[in-house]
Amino acid sequence: MSKTGLKIALFVWMEAVIFGAFTFLPPVPGFRVPALAKIMVFHVPNAMSATVISLAAAFYAIRFLFRRNLLDDVKSAAGASIALLFWILTTVTGMVFAQVQWGQAWNWDPKQSAIFMLLLIYLAYFAIRAAFSDAQKRATAAAAWMVFAALTIPLLTYVLPNAPGMMSLHPKQVVFSVGGMGPQYRMIFWGATAGFMGIAVWMFRLHVRIDEMKLSGELAGLSGGL
Amino acid sequence: MADDPQSIDARTWFRAAAAVLVKEARVEGRSRLALGATVLFSVCALTAVAYTIGETHLDASVQAALLWVVLLFAAMSGLARPFVREEEMQTADYLRLYARPSAVLTGKLLFNAGVMLVIEVVTAPLFFIVMPSGMVRPDVGLLTAVLALGGLGLASTSTFVAAMIAQASAAGSRGALFFVVAFPALAPLLMASTHATFAAMAPVLSPPGYAANSMVVIASYDAIVIAAGYLLFGSVWSET
Repeated sequence: MSKTGLKIALFVWMEAVIFGAFTFLPPVPGFRVPALAKIMVFHVPNAMSATVISLAAAFYAIRFLFRRNLLDDVKSAAGASIALLFWILTTVTGMVFAQVQWGQAWNWDPKQSAIFMLLLIYLAYFAIRAAFSDAQKRATAAAAWMVFAALTIPLLTYVLPNAPGMMSLHPKQVVFSVGGMGPQYRMIFWGATAGFMGIAVWMFRLHVRIDEMKLSGELAGLSGGL
Repeated sequence: MADDPQSIDARTWFRAAAAVLVKEARVEGRSRLALGATVLFSVCALTAVAYTIGETHLDASVQAALLWVVLLFAAMSGLARPFVREEEMQTADYLRLYARPSAVLTGKLLFNAGVMLVIEVVTAPLFFIVMPSGMVRPDVGLLTAVLALGGLGLASTSTFVAAMIAQASAAGSRGALFFVVAFPALAPLLMASTHATFAAMAPVLSPPGYAANSMVVIASYDAIVIAAGYLLFGSVWSET
């Protein structure tokens, strides 16, 4: 199948997922508004895609620190922007859920605090990038920060909120446990995961292509930077 | 050669680290105002908080939070200096030739830890005197431990972040950039330190295990940040 064919297929797939999410999924009792449960197939797949792209960005950052090849830095930065986008989407869908379920969009519970810090870490990454005009120095500082962030993110988002003593509003153990989701949910959920992951990877590759061209321009002496 | 500072002979490594530390202290001592300015900054921040609160009674948990915010501001105002000054004085390249990166980091980190200690020794007692007391039979030993470990965490993260951004070209914005980049890294430490300080100020009011949990978080934070700093510093410091 050609590239265009794959893209069209992805488009159709996501349409089916969205349509299915709104019409096919049954409301779930136990939520304040039973239909609210449907947001799960948007919130969690976004989070999973964001995690994958975050890991890719960290991987390329580490590779840059070893090989000092600016193309690795381009991929790391592109990964960081896509990851930031998906983390923002995760946060917003989470806030919508929180508003309806608990009457308050922001609660400062451990998971929300952790995601807030994570967003700040990514924003700091772009602040660092903006402060350097030399490509190698920029890449070095940004890569060092990305690796540092890669070390703290798992701690902040998975270890601390799920630590035994922590009280969190965030539901636990829904996705990967046996009785967590009904069959229709499971189908749409994993479909959405595949779809969002596909979109994330596609955006990443486009971003990298554009940034590689910008980098060549910058190295050749044209103005502007990443 | 054993006396080559770049060698991995332990004795020369220690000498290099000590030399960096002594150099920082001497340069700081020359400009007599610098450390004093940082300490005065933290006193002023403390005063701004305490004065505006006045007689209003605040819970120990709020006071603990305010103490750490004041310490954070003081750290942000003073701890970037070792690296930024190095770049501004244009002695950084010489230092790169002189000593192994880990020795440089150790010297600068110990210096910043010392600065943090001075800040805390002045600010913390003043804080507890000046703020209307929320303390209920405080655990002074725990309080000291929190301030020590939390301060070490503040110093470590600040040192590493300063190293990363010291070469940023937009010199005017380096101060703001330092705070912006350091804050997300410091947030978990702030949280845990505040909780532990609250537990130390009013042990009877805090849930059981609160202090222990928080101290574990602070200790592991320190370990992770220092380890990550040593691993990454070499890449940031050397051009290759």
